[in-house]
Amino acid sequence: MSTSIIGTDIIRKEAWDKVTGRAKYNSDISYPGLLHAVQVTSTCAHGYIKRIDYSQAITMKGVKKVITGGYYSFLTGSVLADRPPLAIDKVRYYGEPVALVIADSEAQAKAAATRVVVEYEKLVTVDSPSAAMQPEAPLIHPDLAQYRHVIEQVYPAANTNINNHEKIRKGDMDKGWNESEVIIEARYSLPSADHIAMETRNVRAEILPDGQVLIYSSSQAPFGIRKQISDHFGFDLGKVIVHVPLVGGGYGGKAAINLEFLAVMASLAVDGRPVVVSNTREQDIASSPSKVSLEAYVKLGASKDGILKAGQYTYIVGTGAYTDTGPRMGTSMTVNCTGPYNVENVWCDAYCVYTNHTYVTSFRGFGHSSFSFAVERTMDKLAAALQIDPLQLRRQNAIQAGHTSPTGVKLTESILGNVSGCLDKVEKMINWSEGDRIETDTNLVRAKGVACFWKTSNSPTDAISSATVTFNSDASVNLNVGAVEIGPSTKSTLAQILADTMKLDFNKVHVEMEVNTRTSPHHWKTVASMTTFMVGRAVEEAAHDAIRQIQSLAAIALQCSPSDLTLGEGQVYFKDDPSIFVDLAEVVHGYQFPDGSTIGSQVVGRGTYGMPRLSPLDRNTGGGKPGPYWTPGAQAVEIELDLNDCSYTILRAATVLDAGKVLNPRAAKGLVMGAMGMGLGLGSREYFIYDKDQRLQNDSLRTYKVMRIGEQPEYLVDWVETPHQASPFGARGLAEHGIIAIYAALVNALSRAAGIEFDQVPVLPETIWQKREGMI
Amino acid sequence: MISITGPGIIELKVNGETRQVLVRPADTLLHALREGLGLTGAKPGCENGDCGACTVLVEGWPVKSCLMLAAEAVDREVVTIEGLNNAPIQREFVERFAFQCGYCTPGFIMNAQGLIDIHPDAGDEVINDWLQSNICRCTGYQEITEAVKAALQASRPPISQP
Amino acid sequence: MIPFDFEYHRPATIKEAVDTFAQLDTAGRNPRYYGGGTELISMARMNNLSFGAVVDIKDIPECRVMESDGDYFIMGAALTLTQLHEDNSFPLLAQTGARVADHTIQNKITLGGNICGTIIFKEALLPLLLTDSEAVLADPSGLRTVKIMDIYHEKLEMNPYEFVVRVKTLLPYLGLSHIHVKRTKQDKINYPLATICALKADDQIRVACSGVCRFPFRSLAMEQVLNDRSRAPADRVEQALHLIPGETLDDLEGSSGFRQFVVGKLLQDIINNLGAS
Repeated sequence: MSTSIIGTDIIRKEAWDKVTGRAKYNSDISYPGLLHAVQVTSTCAHGYIKRIDYSQAITMKGVKKVITGGYYSFLTGSVLADRPPLAIDKVRYYGEPVALVIADSEAQAKAAATRVVVEYEKLVTVDSPSAAMQPEAPLIHPDLAQYRHVIEQVYPAANTNINNHEKIRKGDMDKGWNESEVIIEARYSLPSADHIAMETRNVRAEILPDGQVLIYSSSQAPFGIRKQISDHFGFDLGKVIVHVPLVGGGYGGKAAINLEFLAVMASLAVDGRPVVVSNTREQDIASSPSKVSLEAYVKLGASKDGILKAGQYTYIVGTGAYTDTGPRMGTSMTVNCTGPYNVENVWCDAYCVYTNHTYVTSFRGFGHSSFSFAVERTMDKLAAALQIDPLQLRRQNAIQAGHTSPTGVKLTESILGNVSGCLDKVEKMINWSEGDRIETDTNLVRAKGVACFWKTSNSPTDAISSATVTFNSDASVNLNVGAVEIGPSTKSTLAQILADTMKLDFNKVHVEMEVNTRTSPHHWKTVASMTTFMVGRAVEEAAHDAIRQIQSLAAIALQCSPSDLTLGEGQVYFKDDPSIFVDLAEVVHGYQFPDGSTIGSQVVGRGTYGMPRLSPLDRNTGGGKPGPYWTPGAQAVEIELDLNDCSYTILRAATVLDAGKVLNPRAAKGLVMGAMGMGLGLGSREYFIYDKDQRLQNDSLRTYKVMRIGEQPEYLVDWVETPHQASPFGARGLAEHGIIAIYAALVNALSRAAGIEFDQVPVLPETIWQKREGMI
Repeated sequence: MISITGPGIIELKVNGETRQVLVRPADTLLHALREGLGLTGAKPGCENGDCGACTVLVEGWPVKSCLMLAAEAVDREVVTIEGLNNAPIQREFVERFAFQCGYCTPGFIMNAQGLIDIHPDAGDEVINDWLQSNICRCTGYQEITEAVKAALQASRPPISQP
Repeated sequence: MIPFDFEYHRPATIKEAVDTFAQLDTAGRNPRYYGGGTELISMARMNNLSFGAVVDIKDIPECRVMESDGDYFIMGAALTLTQLHEDNSFPLLAQTGARVADHTIQNKITLGGNICGTIIFKEALLPLLLTDSEAVLADPSGLRTVKIMDIYHEKLEMNPYEFVVRVKTLLPYLGLSHIHVKRTKQDKINYPLATICALKADDQIRVACSGVCRFPFRSLAMEQVLNDRSRAPADRVEQALHLIPGETLDDLEGSSGFRQFVVGKLLQDIINNLGAS
């Protein structure tokens, strides 16, 4: 019998295409006749548009059309419909698209775009989440109360900048505080930042005379695009066809529907001709959505021996100028607000607020890395106050089976995973016992920090996935799913699941890399580290469906009952006597009897999956079941700080997470390392810098710095495997999780090394110097 | 003297072939490769020289093709990722899982290939110096470093036994 | 994508270059001499700079020499920073160039382009200022040789049609004890908070800085203080900081206060390492 390929380091299907330059991404396709649309973006962060003058632009060579917000006006959003794809009357952030210039070539469109003159009447700006909460703050959306609610669970407050308020009320706070012998409270501030997918967002659109709308996008959400384009433009859903090839990185940023609206508007403006709109890097950073900012207040109470008794968490989430998925991230923060600790008395408020900054969308970790920083920094302060080892404090409060989550989910081992098991492993991995602060030289200090995380998906309760499996006559199989390959080897992991379930050679499984919403079965969207679970379940079901068909036909060929037979080695054979078999190839396109007559036809397996028993959260208490399971983990970082010049080096970074079951160890380790690297970047260098007028100052990779080779630490990654019983092979999602607590661990280490509490990110050498000099 | 005063056909030597391509003098080599010659392995990531996704070899040296005019490449040998054929660096990237989304991969591979050709004896410091020109947002760089080291190792002549 | 059009000329001789440049200018084409082009391309893409023609000097043999004539080490203006680094005849210049932008861009940036560009750092100038290096300039009237210090007043002051053909440095300077340090906000690949080159000549420390104020500088006044051995090193550094010949930059990379802190630390290290006679 063949051995299982689950748990082996399979090489992704598209690997050789990617190392030879032959892998095609969306912008790799261009052709004569494709028109180019270039965005004119706002230079003002908040203001009325007094005048847009494109009289000169429209006369320039090659220019076909210039369109502005009035051309096709509607408001869009995935939670609250509050955003015009092209600004109407008012701009609310620097970089907001205000006009589109459509021309024969990119150079012509760009040249003309520089001649579009826009005049603004400046309005007072809102520069931070806390400023947005002030009673006298300018209203960024005076019409907030009139906006259409795209989902039911969103609670904007009229005549404020608050676009959502979510609460958790669990237990009895008075009791909790009364039982607390030590109480710690602290405030934190985390700026917005960017995804920086190496492929900038780009979309082509074309509208055919028969009403079909063809969209080619670099997106994580092809089915979402289809729905929204259909809804807003009034096209029949089935006539909108969205194609997504390989995507050059997403990290949540390409789940937002953004340039697609502009591309369709542009195509409409030129009688349906094909038009491409692409972000420059500067636009990808400043104009397309980014990561939430957060101001947090955390108050923890514990007994003298370090048992958490109460937790109060206030998260003011900056969504920028529009909501997109911002409010959902606020919800997501409340759902897991305590971190993976057992806190029986919980009071949590997440206020999502508008600011005059780039609007936000999902970002790896979906809000978890932001609030986890606040929780995990406070845990370290509590440990210091209690004089308890910070790792031990976490271990003794680690949430376990039998406890309930902040939203009241009764946790089992299968649902939760094993938090303390992760801590135990990370403790050894980082050699915690040698001490968390060691002076190695006159000016050099080596220090370690630890932090924990947990995350569940908080997906829509009606999210669904499907898969189809069609057999070729050579007994190879085609797998088609609606999930996008954005980088994590998703499609190959699904092929692995199919191959193992059907006992096929992995090389006999062919996966359609492109998603085409007309021919690919539905998948909600490729986000939330949920694809292996959701689509994996659909693939398993499709495999079983195909197996049943194969067994039925083979049973006729072998004159037995289907249940007598099993699959393997390219054959269908008797379970108790493999020498009696029929080749798989003989039964996957119908079985031909020796006399030439044929029975049956192509084997086509289908599978679907929807998550059962998820519930919307109660508006007043937050009670409900947000997701199917959690992925927990523990992380640690070791740094070396030079006390002389305030520079530091990140030496080692460790993650142990409960993966349920690791399907492809090297691919999984790569994802975790990549997420850790991104998180360490957020902790050490990445942030948006605004001037006094709230214009983004660092919108290029020259000024928005990401970590480069040689600056990364030694990565240490290991697993705990507590299966989630409802997942394929027990696997939990893990693609995002390496980011969640890593910068909390980094800053815990830096705070320990410097003897200074850092309550913000990033921590730059200058931050350390300023804190040391008492300047901030 | 070479003079290109307006849009016109130029000849480029790419991957060992002489090819004609229509360019504006203001077009970058990246644009000419992708739009004119269909060589889309070199990727635009910033068009500002910051990310390295568009790296190709010019006269054997890695160059960011977004920071070079197509006109400058006239009379120079250009090699793109499409010009590599089963090179050790490609195999190492595959076998060591040195990419995820793959968008930065051609640029990294071309830079590494330049390094392997020019400094096969490169140590850690030189490897980092060279490869710091490229950004990868997926991997965290560990596997890329391993792949480049392995490919360097493979390219060195075996040490002869005394 | 550069939104505007321009002409491209790549002359083979100095004469062709200066004549072409002069003709283009006369014709109102607003020409630029073009070395590595990295700065011109990125600024043109952002529409921060416009020009109607470029004159690429990279095919001019005199701009590509790298040789010693017995007295001087001679470096063509079209040599790339990488060529200077790989050759390493002028170690301080080699090291300085090896920390400009990133390695791949160093394969493109030329010596002439770096010192004549519009980006404020021009770090390759620092070793040239410290070593009393000379530049050979060409314009339609011919060649002239100048001391770089003499034409450098916050930028190189040259005649309208003039370009740098090559740079020469007296050989004895190449072997002197030297230090190059660059500190950035956080990342290795970044503009400098401060780049400082230092050299010890005739038992005196010479220093030149980039990134500290809006132009690179070598300050003789600062050097005088730093070499005043009657005072404690910390005093000398403190005094030298007051002599920075311009306003200390305060920008995205760092505040002026932090820059002063960084420069102070670097000068201290330089005294510690080069100070002992």
